[in-house]
Amino acid sequence: MNWAEIVSIFSAAMAVSFGAIGPALGEGRAVAAAMDAIARQPEAANTISRTLFVGLAMIETMAIYCLVIALLLLFANPLLK
Amino acid sequence: MISPLANATLFHVGPAPITSAVAVTWGLMALLVGGGFAATRRLSIDASPTQAALELIVDTVDAQIRDTMRVEPPPYRAFIGTLFLFIFAANWSTLIPGVEPPTAHLETDMALALMVFVAVIVFGVRAGGLRHYLATFASPSPIMIPLNFVESLTRAFSMFVRLFGNVMSGVFMVGIVLTLAGFLVPIPLMALDLLTGAVQAYIFAILAMVFIAGAIGDETPASTKSEQRQAP
Repeated sequence: MNWAEIVSIFSAAMAVSFGAIGPALGEGRAVAAAMDAIARQPEAANTISRTLFVGLAMIETMAIYCLVIALLLLFANPLLK
Repeated sequence: MISPLANATLFHVGPAPITSAVAVTWGLMALLVGGGFAATRRLSIDASPTQAALELIVDTVDAQIRDTMRVEPPPYRAFIGTLFLFIFAANWSTLIPGVEPPTAHLETDMALALMVFVAVIVFGVRAGGLRHYLATFASPSPIMIPLNFVESLTRAFSMFVRLFGNVMSGVFMVGIVLTLAGFLVPIPLMALDLLTGAVQAYIFAILAMVFIAGAIGDETPASTKSEQRQAP
């Protein structure tokens, strides 16, 4: 096992673990704000939850990018082979 | 471990290799088209249960389009509805043993995102003419033209990566758990996978609506717009 393989496995794990922190905090804040809004204005719950879902998908994309980078490092690494 | 980026070839038709994703896609297409055709062959005023179920789906799609885009649904119903139904069926095809959802492969998602990318341009040009569509790129100020241009490319890319990442990670997680503990343990993860699949189909359709609504611009009546502003 050469250095490039060790470093890519390690950095794939780092990419996912640290890449998940930001979106997790962001999604927590978004859900908390949506809960607050629904509690204040229950009649707007439909609009709020639809916007919340779209927003969560947008935030989640950042974590998914990290996952894709990790998969590229593990399975389609141009530096190996 | 089998790479999630690779495709398993089932058989060859002439020089073209047919992967499992292509076979599943054609199966789903045959199911949706054939089912839709068979169910709408005899439509009547007092609806049969099948017809009522289909009307429920169409009504839901219409309501979502009306809520999100604030336009009348007919021009967009076919595209959005097909997009939603196909992605939903593809994500839930994982319920059939041995079938891997085609959306867990890069190519299908890329094709779907490209369809949305083209549809945004087509609907935008059709709604207000080429001039009006191009003017939306300079909408706040002409300085934003490069940014808006890059955005229209990256949002197609992000739709593609989002759908791929979500569905593929679900399939991948179930695979990993299966190698650790085979019996009954992966079932909660599979249930979560179904939920994610439904939500992702919904979100893909909603985002397509939002992008198309952005391209067709300000055709909304003044009353709904002022209502939107007062909402917060």
